[in-house]
Amino acid sequence: MLLEILQELHPEVDYNTHTTLIDDRVIDSYDIIFLVGEIADKLDVEIPADELTPENFNSYTALNALIERLS
Amino acid sequence: MINILEYLENTMQSHPKKIAFTGENGALTFEELHAKARAIGSYLHSQALEKQPIAVFMEKSADMTAAFYGVVCGGCYYVPLDAEMPVYRIKQILETVNPALIIHDNAAKDLLTAWNLPFKQICFSQIVTHTVNDSALKQIRLGAIDTDPLYVVFTSGSTGVPKGVTACHRSVIDYIENLSVILDANEHTIFGNQSPLYLDACLKELIPTLKFGATTHFIPKSLFMFPVKLVEYINENKINTICWVASALGLVAGLGAFKKVMPHTLRTVAFGSEVFAVKHLNQWREAAPNAQFIHLYGPTEATGMSLFYKVDRNFNEGDIIPIGRPFPNTGVVLLDEHGNAPKQGEPGEICIRGTGLCLGYFNDSVRTSAAFVQNPHAPYADLLYKTGDLGRVGEDGLYYFIARKDHQIKHMGYRIELTEIEWVAARISGIQLACAVYDSEKSRIVLYYMAEGGTEKTAVQAALKAELPRYMQPHSVHQLDTLPQTAGGKIDRVKLAQMLQ
Repeated sequence: MLLEILQELHPEVDYNTHTTLIDDRVIDSYDIIFLVGEIADKLDVEIPADELTPENFNSYTALNALIERLS
Repeated sequence: MINILEYLENTMQSHPKKIAFTGENGALTFEELHAKARAIGSYLHSQALEKQPIAVFMEKSADMTAAFYGVVCGGCYYVPLDAEMPVYRIKQILETVNPALIIHDNAAKDLLTAWNLPFKQICFSQIVTHTVNDSALKQIRLGAIDTDPLYVVFTSGSTGVPKGVTACHRSVIDYIENLSVILDANEHTIFGNQSPLYLDACLKELIPTLKFGATTHFIPKSLFMFPVKLVEYINENKINTICWVASALGLVAGLGAFKKVMPHTLRTVAFGSEVFAVKHLNQWREAAPNAQFIHLYGPTEATGMSLFYKVDRNFNEGDIIPIGRPFPNTGVVLLDEHGNAPKQGEPGEICIRGTGLCLGYFNDSVRTSAAFVQNPHAPYADLLYKTGDLGRVGEDGLYYFIARKDHQIKHMGYRIELTEIEWVAARISGIQLACAVYDSEKSRIVLYYMAEGGTEKTAVQAALKAELPRYMQPHSVHQLDTLPQTAGGKIDRVKLAQMLQ
């Protein structure tokens, strides 16, 4: 599900290998708002503000781990 | 006062060693800023460039402001460019203004080399080493008048060709003198700047900084993704004044930053450029109870902001925050479709008059004369700028924004013509017809299109990404067999907007 949300955002990105989504500015502030909203709507997980860090959004794996931790 | 450099020259005497501008790409004191600006001005003079447009293509930095004021020292006016802009837009701008010179940094140099453009170019690091020619700079200033242009900034145009809004010293001075009082700015003001330097919005921080000897922090853009870090940055740097687009403020509140940290140094919080949700305003007021909140409203064509409202009461969800009253020395009239003043409380187009009006659109008399018109009720020369916004006056005597007359939207603080997105989409091979709609609930741009068989959705998305600036890119694209039409045969935007639900 998370992968689908990410793919809708940037279909050209290979989320299995990309681990510098924030550092390379693939994901920007517009995307963060979208992601937080979609993750709340579709996965029923609220991401608290202090979990919004570059580390948690740099890769699919990191974001997935965050969601598992919060759910 | 004739020239905005007078602000810098006065402050250079009173606060030479104070930091003027600082950020992740370096800092400059007023003395350093002044010296760099004078070197650049002297170089321009040595090349016999005066009263010419000079493009400044640099990363957001204190040095970029030195380039702006250096261009002004040389008796020229600046055209800011940024690598955030899409390539086609930068090329359109350069073709429109035909700059006598492009001042660039090392990052922009590679792009310019790759594009192989027919414009003279020089690197910032080279131009600032030029020997200062004091007598030439004095001579240039003797010939300066306050209606000389200061800058040209570009906004989205509905036909796909951006408009170069050209402003003069007089209108900027008038704006800043009045804005400074409204923001209660002084030498102790520490601004936290959010807006890019290629928009007029940055005048709110840049010019009062020069005027008062204040300090501006260029907040790293990446912090706007991580709101807790952003609020910590405000606190660490003792930032007391912010003038942000409503969506930036909304992001901080909406993502829950105030559950973790409060912005305790803020004294003035100005918001504008788009509708600010009451819910977010209330969260902000609770988080920064000692700050004065100010709603600002105004078009680029009237040099920044034209109306203001100091929040002086509580708002409940569903209430509309007024845009308030005109700035001192700014006039506002409402006109209905027949050019008459509407009845009390009825809607009319917001039209602005006064010294704040800019010099029109660069080299575009057709679009200038369509937007800047003679006041139909004045028996003498009196120019109005028609904003295209509908407004009304409430029973409280304050102005309220209602809606746009056309397809212009405000998204993340940026002014966007949906028709420009459609124009770009229609140029993508395979696309027959496209219509962009805005989902204001979710702040998302959605593009619907008709295409020839075999046109891949991913190819459409990739082409849009390559062509459009980030803030104009549709969040999703949908191919339809046919676009709904109104009885008159136009694309039915209302129906498409309903399809969003």
